[in-house]
Amino acid sequence: MKRLSWLVPTIYILFLMLPIYWLVSMSFKTTNEILGSFTLVPQEFTLENYKKIFTDSTWYMGYINSLIYVSLNTVISVAFALPAAYAFSRYRFLGDKHLFFWLLTNRMAPAAVFALPFFQLYSAIGLFDTHLAVALAHTLFNIPLAVWILEGFMSGVPKQLDETAYVDGYSFPKFFMKIFIPTIAAGIGVAAFFCFMFSWVELLLGKTLTAVAAKPIAATMTRTASTSGYELGLLAAAGALTIIPGAIVIYFVRNYIAKGFALGRV
Amino acid sequence: MALELKQVSKSVAGETHIFPTDMVLEAGEFNILLGTTLSGKTSLMQLMAGLDRPTSGQVWFNGQDVTEMPVQKRNVSMVYQQFINYPNMTVFENIASPLRVAKLPDKETRSRVGEIAEILRISSMLERRPSELSGGQQQRVAMARALVKDSSLILFDEPLANLDFKLREELRDELPRLFAERDCVVVYATTEPSEALLFGGKCAAMFEGAVAQFGPTAELYRKPLNLTSAQVFSEPPLNVAKVVKSGDIFRLSDTASWPVDASYQTMADGEYTIGVRPHHVYPMQKEKQLVPIDGKVQVAELSGSESMIHFTAFEDDSWVSLSHGVHAFDGGEVTTFYVDVANCFYFGADGRLISAGM
Repeated sequence: MKRLSWLVPTIYILFLMLPIYWLVSMSFKTTNEILGSFTLVPQEFTLENYKKIFTDSTWYMGYINSLIYVSLNTVISVAFALPAAYAFSRYRFLGDKHLFFWLLTNRMAPAAVFALPFFQLYSAIGLFDTHLAVALAHTLFNIPLAVWILEGFMSGVPKQLDETAYVDGYSFPKFFMKIFIPTIAAGIGVAAFFCFMFSWVELLLGKTLTAVAAKPIAATMTRTASTSGYELGLLAAAGALTIIPGAIVIYFVRNYIAKGFALGRV
Repeated sequence: MALELKQVSKSVAGETHIFPTDMVLEAGEFNILLGTTLSGKTSLMQLMAGLDRPTSGQVWFNGQDVTEMPVQKRNVSMVYQQFINYPNMTVFENIASPLRVAKLPDKETRSRVGEIAEILRISSMLERRPSELSGGQQQRVAMARALVKDSSLILFDEPLANLDFKLREELRDELPRLFAERDCVVVYATTEPSEALLFGGKCAAMFEGAVAQFGPTAELYRKPLNLTSAQVFSEPPLNVAKVVKSGDIFRLSDTASWPVDASYQTMADGEYTIGVRPHHVYPMQKEKQLVPIDGKVQVAELSGSESMIHFTAFEDDSWVSLSHGVHAFDGGEVTTFYVDVANCFYFGADGRLISAGM
């Protein structure tokens, strides 16, 4: 029994990795090979797919657009969530618990519900097809989440830390920037990660609110066929590249991610 | 230097945390706030520090009304029960932080931090982070930060409660020495009467948000003004029972009574409450004049050279006897205890002390 204990995790990891392996292996194949035969490793190893993405602006601009609005969204979400979370964690006010719960109900509706009002609103005020449009739309989902995560982390910091800083002579803004934010840095990292990931993988709003100038990569990828027929290799390469930013971000918060999934309440 | 509370009270959401309190705390000796948890020690300290505004009343410092002055301008220090340090800074920066905020020259900051670290024996850890230190060391860092600036008011909120026994003893010895040279008002909150007696100075017995008595610590112990104050200042808890004086006899129960001493002759006949400290209740006869009472043993805690026996007396009053030597009893056993009535407090119907025995 003991000697086989490695077996289950190995099978588990194998199953987990299989789709990713398939995606990566496809990205190095030609479309003909993908459609023509079943091969475990690329027979005609090619970098053409990646070359196309990095040279064709309709492809690489997709990544740049996505990265711009995702970063914008992450910064806005965390910047607004920080003071809100601080208020929820430190003060008692009329209806605070209801307001706190209401924040989360924003996430209970599917994004599609908001696509039409956002489209109409942004068209009217000239925000349509800008990076800011998508970034702002995503804050509707991300600020509540960030507030919940940050509130959990902040409540883990004793109130006496605030008081000690005031006693030492720190003013509130100075205390907040110099002591409090570094103290909950892990929480901010986790909140930023969740904002980043949601915004990065969200397709519907990103696609609806943009046309050309701010078109995200996910929208570009829905274009499966072109004049040269199906380009499955190209799509696989684009897909493989979309994993990378998330993988990089997750690396930095890997030690705190479990706490983040529990909304900071472990 | 003196901190003065004038009719200071605090209530939150209709609930009174601190009842109107008058107090004058002076520099040069320890001012101890003694009380159980939730008795209002921390709330009162926050009002003293200026971390919280009183609902009514005023706080004066050195003849100046500081009620509305924010804590940043008041020059106070505070040490908490939890070990509070800035986790993102090194020990050195932690201690130096009040001086940095006050924009002291770097050279002076260094020498003062070095000095206080030397006294508290944390010099070798200045480059570490607080999380890498043991609890006792973390608390020393917090104390160093409180002492590094010349505060005119230093507040200790049960600073030794979370430390292990040995460290506590050590810091207890050190603390009074740290303040010997300073001209500042020191306030120290604790739940332990023995700690209050050790530091001496003045003591305020707190109970449910009110100060039952404020005065020299030894006096509080020997002559509590009222029943509440005596109860706060007794660990294990004070034994309390009703006693009736009629003529020349104090009657505790049908079997327990004793003659009224010459010094009690002036007391009017009627019902009183007596308070007996646990170490004046013995599980065996002594040569002194003792009054026997019957008790049903609940549990006997034997710790080395002392025996603490919890028993029920007079129907269902819980009493405790604390005595030297090992006296083993089984739970449920009915036995006779001996009360040293010459050493008990007599309280009137309103709870005020009438006589404090010998």
